[in-house]
Amino acid sequence: MSGLTLDAVRKDFGSFTAVNDVQLSVPHGTFVCMLGPSGCGKTTLLRMIAGLDLPTSGRVLLDGEDITAVPTHKRNLGMVFQSLALFPHLTVGENIAYPLRIRGAPREEQVKRVDELLSMIHLTGYADRPVAKLSGGQRQRVAIARALTRSPKLFLLDEPLSALDAKLREAMQVELRQLQQQLGITTIVVTHDQREAMTMADTVVVMNKGEIRQAASPMEIYRRPADTFVADFIGSTNLIDMETDSAGRAVALGQVIPGLSAPGGGKAIISIRPEDVDLTAPGSGGAILGTVTFVRDLGGTIETFIDCAGKQIIAVSTPRARPDVSVGQPVGVVLDPGVCVVLST
Amino acid sequence: MRREAPQRLSDYGPLAFPAIMLTVFFVIPFGTMIAVSFFQRQQGGFYTPAFVFSNYERFLSLFFAHVLGFSLMLAVLVAVCCVAIGVPFTYLMTKMSRRAQIVWMVALLSVLSLSEVIIGFAWSTLLSRTAGITNLMVTLGLMDTAVALSPGFPAVLTAMVYQALPYTILVLYPALVRLDPTLTEAARTLGASPLKAFFTVVVPALRTTILATLIMVFIFALGSYLLPQILGRPQHWTLSVLITDQAIYQSNMPFAAAMAVFLVLVTLGMVALTLFAGRKREETT
Repeated sequence: MSGLTLDAVRKDFGSFTAVNDVQLSVPHGTFVCMLGPSGCGKTTLLRMIAGLDLPTSGRVLLDGEDITAVPTHKRNLGMVFQSLALFPHLTVGENIAYPLRIRGAPREEQVKRVDELLSMIHLTGYADRPVAKLSGGQRQRVAIARALTRSPKLFLLDEPLSALDAKLREAMQVELRQLQQQLGITTIVVTHDQREAMTMADTVVVMNKGEIRQAASPMEIYRRPADTFVADFIGSTNLIDMETDSAGRAVALGQVIPGLSAPGGGKAIISIRPEDVDLTAPGSGGAILGTVTFVRDLGGTIETFIDCAGKQIIAVSTPRARPDVSVGQPVGVVLDPGVCVVLST
Repeated sequence: MRREAPQRLSDYGPLAFPAIMLTVFFVIPFGTMIAVSFFQRQQGGFYTPAFVFSNYERFLSLFFAHVLGFSLMLAVLVAVCCVAIGVPFTYLMTKMSRRAQIVWMVALLSVLSLSEVIIGFAWSTLLSRTAGITNLMVTLGLMDTAVALSPGFPAVLTAMVYQALPYTILVLYPALVRLDPTLTEAARTLGASPLKAFFTVVVPALRTTILATLIMVFIFALGSYLLPQILGRPQHWTLSVLITDQAIYQSNMPFAAAMAVFLVLVTLGMVALTLFAGRKREETT
């Protein structure tokens, strides 16, 4: 199979399991974001793909070839580190030419490739600058260019944009995605920023406690999370307990929700995104009665906090569809079964 | 944090103590030595204040030029050997666990507690024909007969490197510990083998530290006068040995002082040259 395959990859540090039998297949040319809270094992997984850490067990395959025991420098990959790891004693051009220089490539080839890469990252004419004289975003680009010098099969990035300020980060996300599509290179990015993952990835891999919880497209992850961890970690959500009554109907917050059913007919949890929660006049048919406790008007969006029988529900709406609510007033909350996701407890 | 420049004389108060110490223990003795180097020697080990150049004139002979050349060569060789051994050693040490690093550090510091005399005689025993390591080689069948490895130039060099190595490692250690470990990892992901990464990334990134260490060990080795006497033949004696000889056994203080001043000047010149070369290199890269 073309692309990267992780087969039951496991990493133990003493009695602590950092990565627990991970199974993952990344087709050639895919952009994958590994997303998870800190300490979930995503960086360890990336380092094992790079060969910087050896798996305790399991196999890493690249284009069908087992590379588990191949040392890092013999795997054709490019990696961008969180610290960028630009060589402080070399100039921009020398940093980018490093992979060619240590292989003893001719001088003209080095210069030509450096020029190509510098124009690709919009830093033409910067070859002779020392890296210490660059801004954060420029250093970022140089690190990316250096990783791509050898036209690697695999492009790995460990929290590459975490050192940049918010605006620059968003611009770089778009740029990185465009660059990847232009080169068609298999790319794996480790991040804890879900906006970054949603912006760039073909496939988002959500990890927690050393295990993959869900691997799917960003929309799939957002719309149909596999479990409560994914639902809660990606975006914000309302998690509501659901029960099955004696007649087999789904009941949440004291209200029968037609069209939903818990798997196996027991307890379950409903996940509904705040923007999917509709507010109506209290007493409307099928609506859950609640009391508005707080309204946060952020200009672009309006968040309404509602207390429904002791459970806090958050509804988000746009100014165009401004709900007619005020603090202390009763309100009807509608859970549309079409946008509810039923998750096991 | 911005510090204000000192305004009044009393603001310089905290500097008084170090300034006094520096004057009493460095400036005055050094000044005395320079003064004595121009004094007139009297028969019987005394000298009278004067301003003569005869002490320096006596130094300007082929014999002393030879000794000075040998001293500088030996010191450079010791510095180069120490750095060549010390840099890889310290680099590997920083990759060890915290506990292993402490064990190595304690072992190295314990070498510092040995006096030069003990180091000298220990090596002369180790390198002797009757009780030395060649006997072990004979037992193991690697050599036919035991030979004396001391006195000789290799013996002097070995013992001086042994003595200076702990200092070298102590100076290199902080810089190597602070070196970002992802630099070597980055080099490896870019296709450099661990050995290549060491020479193309670790060594150049530590250029300033390595230069400073070379200078420190060089100066340290220039002052050595016991080991060349214990482990070397007279032709392996350094200028420091001759200075000691003149000052203590020949009671010729002015001549010893003149030699010491000369050594200081040559040393400063070499250090300046090294720094200049280092700065030149930095500009061109």
